Amino acid sequence: MALLATHKLTAHYGDFQALFGVDITLDEGETIAIIGANGAGKTTLMRSIAGTLINEEPSVTFSDSVIGNRPADEIMAMGIAMVPEGRRLFPSLSVEENLLIGTYGRQHSGHWNLQTVYELFPILKERRANPGTALSGGQQQMVAIGRALMSNPRVLLCDEISLGLAPVVIRDIYKAVPKIKEAGASLIVVEQDIGQAMQVADRVYCMMEGRVTLSGTPDELSREAIHDAYFGAAV
Amino acid sequence: MIWVDTILQGILLGGLYALFAAGLSLVFGIMRLVNLAHGDLIVLGAYLILLLVTMTGLSPFLAAAIAIPLMFMLGYGLQKFMLNRVLGDDILPPLLVTFGLSVVLQNALLEGFSADSQRLPAGTLSTASVEVAGINLGVLPLLTFASAVLVIVGLNQLFYRTSLGRAFRATSDDATTASLMGIKPASIFAKATSIAMIIVTIAALYLGMRSNFDPNIGPARLIYAFEAVIIGGLGSLWGTLAGGIIIGVAQTVGAAINPEWQILAGHVAFLIVLLIRPRGLFPRAVD
Repeated sequence: MALLATHKLTAHYGDFQALFGVDITLDEGETIAIIGANGAGKTTLMRSIAGTLINEEPSVTFSDSVIGNRPADEIMAMGIAMVPEGRRLFPSLSVEENLLIGTYGRQHSGHWNLQTVYELFPILKERRANPGTALSGGQQQMVAIGRALMSNPRVLLCDEISLGLAPVVIRDIYKAVPKIKEAGASLIVVEQDIGQAMQVADRVYCMMEGRVTLSGTPDELSREAIHDAYFGAAV
Repeated sequence: MIWVDTILQGILLGGLYALFAAGLSLVFGIMRLVNLAHGDLIVLGAYLILLLVTMTGLSPFLAAAIAIPLMFMLGYGLQKFMLNRVLGDDILPPLLVTFGLSVVLQNALLEGFSADSQRLPAGTLSTASVEVAGINLGVLPLLTFASAVLVIVGLNQLFYRTSLGRAFRATSDDATTASLMGIKPASIFAKATSIAMIIVTIAALYLGMRSNFDPNIGPARLIYAFEAVIIGGLGSLWGTLAGGIIIGVAQTVGAAINPEWQILAGHVAFLIVLLIRPRGLFPRAVD
């Protein structure tokens, strides 16, 4: 049985339907990537899993529980943490306080604590007293990832963690992914950068206009198939 | 020497206004809620202490110690069952609800206690004073000011030294992202209002011992609280104390020039600060 799964997941913003029956699964210890163009529904899918967008009860399952209609704070306490798009650090909190707030709803012993997060991203220890929002974009992303890790989640949702960052910074950020996997978390990584997604993922889902249009392991998926699933097949 | 005395009395009076304002500032700082019933809740606290004093014969201080947990629970219930239902992107519904609450509280207090003005029995404390460098300072105003400083220090410790304080600040910054940290914003708001009600009760204690009160004086206390909060800068706790002191000093200086100018001078000082620094002296809140 999958650790996390969506079942015919739909999502709406008012009258606008953003997801149309999305089925994805995530197994224990696995990393899956969700790729797709802007507006494909990737962030909506993440929000639906994390609970900031409430859905029908049976549409999302985690471990043995149905969580589709639970609020974000309860889902986080169960072990699903999210690195939101745009980092969303708390401006009035220092770097260290931003990390510590990650444990507010879930004090779960495990690999991750302040010390191990600082080992993963040493620059954060130097900047720990600075306001989180005074850091560079890459450093802010490190804080956002560290903040989510502090709760020792079973599933880590990473929404567009490379967005707006320089390639060299993206490489540094993605160097952390294998270490996060080794520590025991399963990951869902939302990416527009297909190459980066293919490198870290065990399986890939491609989305377009609120639907999954392609899925498989990186080896199974041809460049042409991804192109068609990403942009739509040429008529 | 008389001017030094006047200014010192004003600073001490500012402590009372800071107590009126601290709870308002706390609630606004965390949930951007302007509680129009704040002054009436202070008056409710004063009547609750009076009731306990009358029923048990306890001193007002001991009665306030009993009233604090009751007001704490009232604050929790008020937020959980009423205010949380109307908080959202639109600031109008909570304004209207707290305005309605203000009207209901005034009328309920009128019904229960009549329009007669009341006072908490302070005994010899009301006239006790200490002489410092030739200036007589009232013990009760000194206690009020010390309490205001302690409240502000306590709130700052809570905000910057505890996990709950971090959650308060995170929720104030971004409630949706805070929920991704396992924080339940509705519960945080209820805790904030409960803590604000502790401060309301302390303010009620000193209000009741220092002056007469009746069911209709809440809105005027709210105005002083508003002015102190806005002068200090929305959401800034030390700013709130500074705001209270500025109003207090302006009132005593105004009264020293002409007794009729006391209240007016406080409002004029507020307007002058607002003209020079529209966001207050120490603004913390971004929006």
